[in-house]
Amino acid sequence: MSERKSQMKNKVENNRELSTERNKEKQRQRRIDNREAAFGETVFAETEGLETECLGAEFSEVEGAEAECKNKLRVVHYLNQFFGQLGGEEKADLPPRMQEGPVGPGQALNAELNEVAEIEATIICGDGYFNENKEAAADRVKEILMELKPDLVVAGPAFNAGRYGMACGAVAEIAAGLEIPVVSGIFPENPGYEMYRQYGYFIETSDSAAGMRKAVPEMAEFIKYFWETGGNPGRPEEAGYLPRGIRRNLFAEERGARRAVNMLLQKIRGEEFTSEYPMPSFDRVEPAAPLEDLSQARIALVTSGGIVPNGNPDRIESSSASKFGRYQIDDFDDLNETSHETAHGGYDPVFANEDADCVLPVDVLRDLEEEGRIGKLHEFYYSTVGNGTSVASARTFAREIAEELLEDGVQAVILTST
Amino acid sequence: MELQLEKIFIKEVKFGQENRIADGVLTINREGLLEKVRDDHRIACLDLEIVRPGDDVRIMPVKDVIEPRCKISGGEMFPGFTGDDDTVGSGITRVLSGAAVVTTGKVVGFQEGIIDMQGPGADYTPFSRTINIVITCEVKEGVKQHVHEEVLRLLGLTAANYIGEAAREAEQEVEEVRKYEHKPLLEACSLNGGLPIVGYVYMLQSQGLLHDTYVYGVDAKEILPTLISPTEVMDGAIVSGNCVSACDKNTTYFHQNNPIIEELYEKHGRDLNFVGVIITNENVTLADKERSSSFTARLAEKIGLEAAIVSEEGFGNPDADLIMNCRKLEERGVRTVLVTDEFAGRDGASQSLADSAPEADAVISSGNANEVIELPALGRVIGHDRYADSIAGGFSGSLKDDGSIEVELQAIIGATNELGFNRLTAREF
Repeated sequence: MSERKSQMKNKVENNRELSTERNKEKQRQRRIDNREAAFGETVFAETEGLETECLGAEFSEVEGAEAECKNKLRVVHYLNQFFGQLGGEEKADLPPRMQEGPVGPGQALNAELNEVAEIEATIICGDGYFNENKEAAADRVKEILMELKPDLVVAGPAFNAGRYGMACGAVAEIAAGLEIPVVSGIFPENPGYEMYRQYGYFIETSDSAAGMRKAVPEMAEFIKYFWETGGNPGRPEEAGYLPRGIRRNLFAEERGARRAVNMLLQKIRGEEFTSEYPMPSFDRVEPAAPLEDLSQARIALVTSGGIVPNGNPDRIESSSASKFGRYQIDDFDDLNETSHETAHGGYDPVFANEDADCVLPVDVLRDLEEEGRIGKLHEFYYSTVGNGTSVASARTFAREIAEELLEDGVQAVILTST
Repeated sequence: MELQLEKIFIKEVKFGQENRIADGVLTINREGLLEKVRDDHRIACLDLEIVRPGDDVRIMPVKDVIEPRCKISGGEMFPGFTGDDDTVGSGITRVLSGAAVVTTGKVVGFQEGIIDMQGPGADYTPFSRTINIVITCEVKEGVKQHVHEEVLRLLGLTAANYIGEAAREAEQEVEEVRKYEHKPLLEACSLNGGLPIVGYVYMLQSQGLLHDTYVYGVDAKEILPTLISPTEVMDGAIVSGNCVSACDKNTTYFHQNNPIIEELYEKHGRDLNFVGVIITNENVTLADKERSSSFTARLAEKIGLEAAIVSEEGFGNPDADLIMNCRKLEERGVRTVLVTDEFAGRDGASQSLADSAPEADAVISSGNANEVIELPALGRVIGHDRYADSIAGGFSGSLKDDGSIEVELQAIIGATNELGFNRLTAREF
C-alpha cells in the first residue's frame, strides 16, 4: 500500500511539474502548431485559437473546416447528485436519470465550448447508488449512451471525491466500450483515476470543488484540442492530460542503440534523463495456507504450458493467448501423442507432443490417487499459453478459472508452466 | 587486435554465369549456389530467388537472415560452422552491404516471421530495405524440428559464405573502409585517461532447443559469461540458431551488424572508453540465471567497468535475466542502460516486462510487440502464408480470405529488435 502511495505521490509530483508555466506555454504552442498543420494556415498563431469564435468562419476557404464547424460535437455530461443540483448526501441513493441540456458545471463548460461542442444531455446519478448498485447503474448509463450516441462523454470533474471519481471512471469504461471518447477531470490521487485511467482522458484538477473555476476551462480547452486533432491528442505531456498507462508505438528520431549510448552517457554524467519505460511495481500474491489433509483433497491441474487435446479444439494461440480451455481428463490415466499436444509457441514441442504428461502430469497424479495420497484429480484441467500473454489477460483467465474451481469444490491446484 | 571492415555497397543482385561484383552489381551463379547448399541428405527440395525493396512480395516464415561477408585475411567467416575453429576478429573483412541471405520454408517452430518488401509491414523490418537472396528449403518427412532448424542454419551460413566469396576478387574498389581497434585490456583501460570505462553486456538467447545461439559453434547454454572482442562478433563468431519470436530474435545479420557495438565505437575515445563485450546467456533454470548474472557482474567488476549497456534477446522468461544482470551490476556500482522491447498487450495497458527492479531506471524501449498491424495482401508469397494463424503473434483468423494478414508486430522479423537496430519505440499515452 505504502509503495502505491509513494508511486502516486511521484505521479502527482510529475503532473505538478507538467503544470508549470513553461510547460503550459509549450502545450499552448504545440496546439497552435497542430492547428497550423491541420489547417495549413499560419495566421492562426496570432489569433491564439482558443478565443476564435468559429474556426470554420475564419477559414471558410479551407475545405472541410466549415462543415466540421457546423457539426458540433454532441456531448453527454455525467454528474453526481450534488453537482447535478439534486441535493447532498441525502440524495446519494438516486438512480441515474437523464436531463436535457447542460446542468450545473455543465453550463459553464457548454459556454466555454461554444461553437465546438454542445452538451445535449446530462446523466445525473447519486454517488451512493452508483457504487452500491454498480451493475444496475452501469446498465442504465449504457442504455442512455446507446440511445443518444453522443460523440463525446464528459464526466465530472470529480476532484478528490472518491465515490464520484469511481463513478466517473466507470462511466468512462462504459463509454470506451461503446467506442465513445471520454474526457473527465480528476485529482490524481482519486482512486477513480488509478482504476480507470486507461478508458478516458483525465484532466488534472485540484482536490476540491474550489478548483472548479480552473477545471472547467482546462477541460474545455482539452476538448477543443481533442476535436482539432481528430481524436489523436498526442502524448499526455504535450496535450495536458494525465497519463493513461497505455503503451503505444511510435518511431523515434534515432535508432535505439544510439539512444542507449546517449542515455548511458547522461547517466554517467549525472545528467537528467527519462527512461523510456518506467518500471512498474508488481502485485505479489500471498500463497494460500497449506492443506491439512491431502488424502481427502480434490486437486486440479492448471497449466500455462499449452497442453490441449489433439487438434487444439479452441484454437488457443501459440503466443499472446486470448483464451483458456477447460478439458475433461476423467478418461485419461496417461497422456500420449494420439491424445494431447501443446499449442505453446515458446519451447520445442517435440517432447510435450510425444508425452504431454511432462507438462501436465496426469500420469503421476493418477498414481498418487491410486496410492491414496491425494483424494481425487479434478475431472477437468485448464490450459492456456503463457508465451507473451499479457498480465491483464492472465489475471482475467485466473479469476475465471478460480471461480469455476471453487464452484466445483476444488481445494488445491497444481500450476505447471514450461 | 584490429579489424579492417571494407564495405561494398550492393545496388543490384542478379543471377548469371559466374560469381562476381562490378559497379555495385552482384552476380550469383544460381546453379553453383544451389549445388553448394544441396549437399545435405535431409533436404527434400530447394528454391532460390532474388527479391528487391519495393517488390510486391511477402516472405514467410523466415528463419534467419545473414549478411554475406568475406574474410580476406585473419581466419574464416562463421568459425565453428563454415569456418575453421580458429579465432576471428582481426585482419580484413569485406562486406556486401545491402545484400542479405534469407532462409524460409515450412515452419520449424511457431516463432518465425514475416518480411514484407512493401506496404505498412515494410516499415517495421529492416530487411525490406535489403536486396534479399531468398532460399526456400523444405526438409524430408520425419525430420524433427531441432534438426530442421540445424539444416536451415547451416544452409544459410553456407550460402552467405558462397556469395560473400565474390567480394574477394571484386572488380571494383571498396567504398567504405573502417578500422576497429581492440587493445589488450590493461592497455585499453589506461588509454583515454579520464573517460568513463564502458562495456557491453550482450545477452544471448539460450532457453533450450530451438532457442539457441552459438558462439564459435558452442551452444551458448553451455558457456559461462566471458569476454569477446567486438570485432569477433563482426566476423560471425555469434550465430543465431533460434526460433524465438520473429520481432526480437537476433538474426545472424543483427549479430554481424550489432548496432550497440557500432554506436559505442562511434563515441569511443571522445565521450567514453569502450573496453569490452561480455557475452552471457539466458538459460531457463533459476540456478543458471543466478550463476550467469553473478559471473557477468563479477567480470564487469574485474575489468573495471563503470557503466554498461545490457541488451536482451527474446522476452518473458529472459526478462528475469535482464533484471538480475541489471540489479547485480548496479550493486557493484556499474551503471546500466537496458535495451528491451515490451509486451504490453494489444491495447498497451498491461505491464510490459515479466520482471522489474527499481535499479532499472534507464531503459530503452524498442516498441510494444503486441501492437496489432494489418498487412494487406501482396502480389506474391515466397514460403507459406498458411502459418499466419499459428506463428507467434498470429491468432485464429489472422490470415484473411483476401490474403491480407492481421498480426501482432511480434510476427515481423526484427520489428522490435532489442539491439536497438530500429527507431521503433513505445511511450505512455
